[in-house]
Amino acid sequence: MIEIEGITKRYDATTVVDDVSMVIEPRTIAVIVGTSGSGKTTLLRMINRLVEPTAGVIRLDGADNRSLPGYELRRSIGYTIQGHGLFPHRTVAQNIATVPVLLGWDAARTKRRVDELMTLYQLDPQAFGPRYPHELSGGQQQRVGVARALAAEPNVLLMDEPFGALDPIIRNKAQEDLRAIQKRFGTTIILVTHDMEEAVRMGDKIAVMDAGKLVQYARPAEILAKPASAFVETLVGASEKPFRLLSLGRVRDAVETGTAEGEAIPADVSQRDALAELLWSGRPALPVTGADGKPLGRVTVDGLVKRAARPA
Amino acid sequence: MKEAGVKAWLPSLLRLALVVLLIAFVTNPGWFEPLLKPLTESNAPAIYNQGSLLTLTLLHLRTVLIATVAATIVAVALAILVTRPAGVEFLPLSRSLVNIGQTFPPVAVLALAVPAVGFGEKPTLIALFLYGLLPIFENALTGLTTMPANVVEAARGAGMTGWQRLVKVELPLSAPIILGGIRLSVVISLATATIGSTVAARTLGEVIIAGLLSNNLAFVLQGGLIVAALAVLIYDGLSAIERYTARRMGQETA
Ligand SMILES: Nc1ncnc2c1ncn2[C@@H]1O[C@H](COP(=O)(O)OP(=O)(O)OP(=O)(O)O)[C@@H](O)[C@H]1O
Ligand SMILES: [Mg+2]
Repeated sequence: MIEIEGITKRYDATTVVDDVSMVIEPRTIAVIVGTSGSGKTTLLRMINRLVEPTAGVIRLDGADNRSLPGYELRRSIGYTIQGHGLFPHRTVAQNIATVPVLLGWDAARTKRRVDELMTLYQLDPQAFGPRYPHELSGGQQQRVGVARALAAEPNVLLMDEPFGALDPIIRNKAQEDLRAIQKRFGTTIILVTHDMEEAVRMGDKIAVMDAGKLVQYARPAEILAKPASAFVETLVGASEKPFRLLSLGRVRDAVETGTAEGEAIPADVSQRDALAELLWSGRPALPVTGADGKPLGRVTVDGLVKRAARPA
Repeated sequence: MKEAGVKAWLPSLLRLALVVLLIAFVTNPGWFEPLLKPLTESNAPAIYNQGSLLTLTLLHLRTVLIATVAATIVAVALAILVTRPAGVEFLPLSRSLVNIGQTFPPVAVLALAVPAVGFGEKPTLIALFLYGLLPIFENALTGLTTMPANVVEAARGAGMTGWQRLVKVELPLSAPIILGGIRLSVVISLATATIGSTVAARTLGEVIIAGLLSNNLAFVLQGGLIVAALAVLIYDGLSAIERYTARRMGQETA
């Protein structure tokens, strides 16, 4: 659990982060969104004390984050920097091993962990381990950056626009991978982005920042349904709202009884994608199948349209 | 295809030839006597005869090596010191000190050093040391102050202490540019060391000075050529190391 309490950061006279308080539940993803310069990076960096706050307290699992020396604190918290920041003079394997080496893990344990993470991220340890960062594609560098942050099995992972430089397809994949890894290790993640789409997809909760202030902190559905201010409303994008709302749900939750003709839709597809499929096929309903391929029922245009309406 | 292959090999072949020639010359100067004979007058010796060329070459290299190692240690240490948070205020001061060291002409340094430390190798070492400082210091400073910001941040974010960042990230990343400074410094020292012979340091300058005193062009030429060949070869070798380290980091080579 991360408790941020009355955190303020001032540079001379300018207040960059203004009295922010929020609580991030363990094993959840909190996404911070906001326009450029709104203080997202600064807020994130106060958690691992790369920036010292002017006022306020941050507690990690109840302990003040100033109770350890900064460098020890940072070894226990994963951090991916805006624009990956891999060490250009070290191989991929050495990059990933950074924190384990600092923590004094023995060589065998470090190697096991590095191989595990590389395999998890579909980078063959034999082929990619000895390469240098400049010999990788942007997407591969990004994955190495996340692997490095996860290497010492941190409970908390801070990510500053980790998917910013990726093309849409790779970005989708990276988001799914992160979700899967977060579930597997039970990591608490704070992720900064200025992409609302990403925020809605990834966040258990979304924090919206504007000019240093936290203007709303709530579940994605609530942010979409009840934006706290005109600023949040614009950020959400009025015309996108119904679709964003649908993208939160899975088809399995929208299944109706009955049968339908046409190509079946898997139950774990998002409702938004299902609606797109329905509209494209020109049919009012399509069958839904579970992971085992068994038919579960059907999904209808009418049913989805109702779900896309503003919640009461 | 084949032509490109030959072109790529040519520089290496020339270098190899130069090495072989240099070694042959300093170990068996007698072989080259017929070539140098026409440069001498009235039966003067064509090959330096007041000492072994090999010994002088090795002593010359030793002097340059000692001075360069000392200059590297001091210049890099100074650059590290003034780029740490605690030392920033000394940055302008250290810059001017090192600059002043460089504005003294080497002969003046020798003249001033002799009364203090006596004749021989010592005043030469002092002059070479002072001369070697600036290029290394300047380059180390450039390297340490132009780190890619996100890499340094990543190092901090991973929990490295200040010392660990220096040793594991900042120094390796600035290695190519520091090497560039050392290369400049070595070449300057190789040439400057010849002047050391005026205060009785045993370097290849001895050969040149003997030639000038006895009006023997062959001596001047062989002393000068050995120094030039050493400079070219060492410059080349250090450039190659520099390119290798830079390439490993994915930096463009200049
Ligand atoms: N060290 C500093 N000194 C002075 N001002 C700073 C410093 N660091 C950040 N700022 C200012 O604080 C404000 C917030 O910066 P921050 O990096 O937190 O924004 P951000 O929300 O992450 O923006 P972006 O989306 O562009 O990354 C900016 O106006 C920036 O200029
Ligand atoms: Mg930022």
